[in-house]
Amino acid sequence: MNWIIRTLTCSVGKKLIMAVTGLSFCLFLVSHLAGNLTIFKGQKAFVSYAESLHSLGALILMAELGLLVLAIFHICFGIWLFVGNLGARPVGYAVKKNAGGRTLSSAIMPYTGLFLLVFIIIHLLTFHFADRGGKDVYNLVHTTFTKPGYVIFYLIAMIAAAFHVKHGFWSAFQTIGANHPKYMPVIKTVGLVFSLLVGFGFGCLPIYLSLS
Amino acid sequence: MSKTINLTLKVWRQPGSEAKGAFETYGAKDISTDMSFLEMLDVVNERLSVEGKDPIAFDHDCREGICGMCGSVVNGVPHGPQKATTLCQLHMRHFADGDTLVIEPWRSRAFKVIKDLAVDRSAFDQLIQTGGYISANTGAVPEANAILISQETAELAMDAAACIGCGACVAACPNASAMLFVGAKVSQLALLPQGRPEAAKRVQAMVRKMDELGFGACSNEAECEAVCPKEISITNIARLNRELIKAAFGSPF
Repeated sequence: MNWIIRTLTCSVGKKLIMAVTGLSFCLFLVSHLAGNLTIFKGQKAFVSYAESLHSLGALILMAELGLLVLAIFHICFGIWLFVGNLGARPVGYAVKKNAGGRTLSSAIMPYTGLFLLVFIIIHLLTFHFADRGGKDVYNLVHTTFTKPGYVIFYLIAMIAAAFHVKHGFWSAFQTIGANHPKYMPVIKTVGLVFSLLVGFGFGCLPIYLSLS
Repeated sequence: MSKTINLTLKVWRQPGSEAKGAFETYGAKDISTDMSFLEMLDVVNERLSVEGKDPIAFDHDCREGICGMCGSVVNGVPHGPQKATTLCQLHMRHFADGDTLVIEPWRSRAFKVIKDLAVDRSAFDQLIQTGGYISANTGAVPEANAILISQETAELAMDAAACIGCGACVAACPNASAMLFVGAKVSQLALLPQGRPEAAKRVQAMVRKMDELGFGACSNEAECEAVCPKEISITNIARLNRELIKAAFGSPF
């Protein structure tokens, strides 16, 4: 057991945790987006999707607990790395210029991450733990997105998510050691397309609902 | 006749490792554009000495771009604005008349400033002592064709071995991480059969030492690759990650 802890708490191991949990979240985003897009087929399709999810009972509870564990690891190790990295340069530079490696999405990674944490808490409070008072889930979503504040907050969160995924996706492959001249260009393209899908896919929902 | 330019230098001056430092401004007048950056500093230092002032301490040795001794952060970029070039091989023709240059030492918890721009990089030596070698018995020269290595593999190992250990990767990294340096050292040995017997021990020991010395963790910003005077690729960092995973989960220790 000692070797597992030793490995996962070294700098490469911590990044490995970020990569594996991050890629798991990418899979979750695919299923979440696919489910949410049923809203375009109308109220009935969306409500029946939600009901069939809830009818899974113990399975859905296990999935939720699994996501919670992944989130705890991703958040805790992310903060641990962030704080550690800040300490690695106690005296900063008076002038620091980007030499060509850093991108906007990689530079703001910890901040988009922390913002997404705030978003997820509000998102869960709004939809998951909300008292629906007899209304179906479609009505809840619809009334929420008639408020412009929510729409703007969700759009900003989705832009943050797209930036987070754009750097995170290829970065995860690099961390698990899968940087290969044949595959890395493909991985980077897939990551970029996926981040755009996340941004536009989730982003179009509040806009569509606020207009309909 | 070569062209001359006038520059304003803002140089980090710090009398000792524990002393407080600050920026000092100096004029560098009539600098030939044929000079290297270090020769320009030599000229400034000669003038400072004539004035009875303490010359600027900076690291340098071969001045041919191969020893890895020189290096300062010039206007926010380690080794200055020219790609794949050490500070000693950077020529003043890349600057314009009237430019202001901010010159700072490498900044990292693991690299202490000794004086002004001179930085203690013995942390890199400690990393090498931890695993950047192979154990070979002395004796007769081995038969050259006993172990066959493909040209492609030899080239990959050579690309990693081109690292001169200057520390620009650490200086450029937003996290002051030494992953490119350690990645290059692990790669050059892991790629060749002679390095395989100790590969698992080496990578685990070097990563542990790297953390212990206070370097940060890699977040794949690729700034190291962009400033590396030897253009070491971050695929070496991926290889280091791969070697560590392999060693941790596959080796008996």
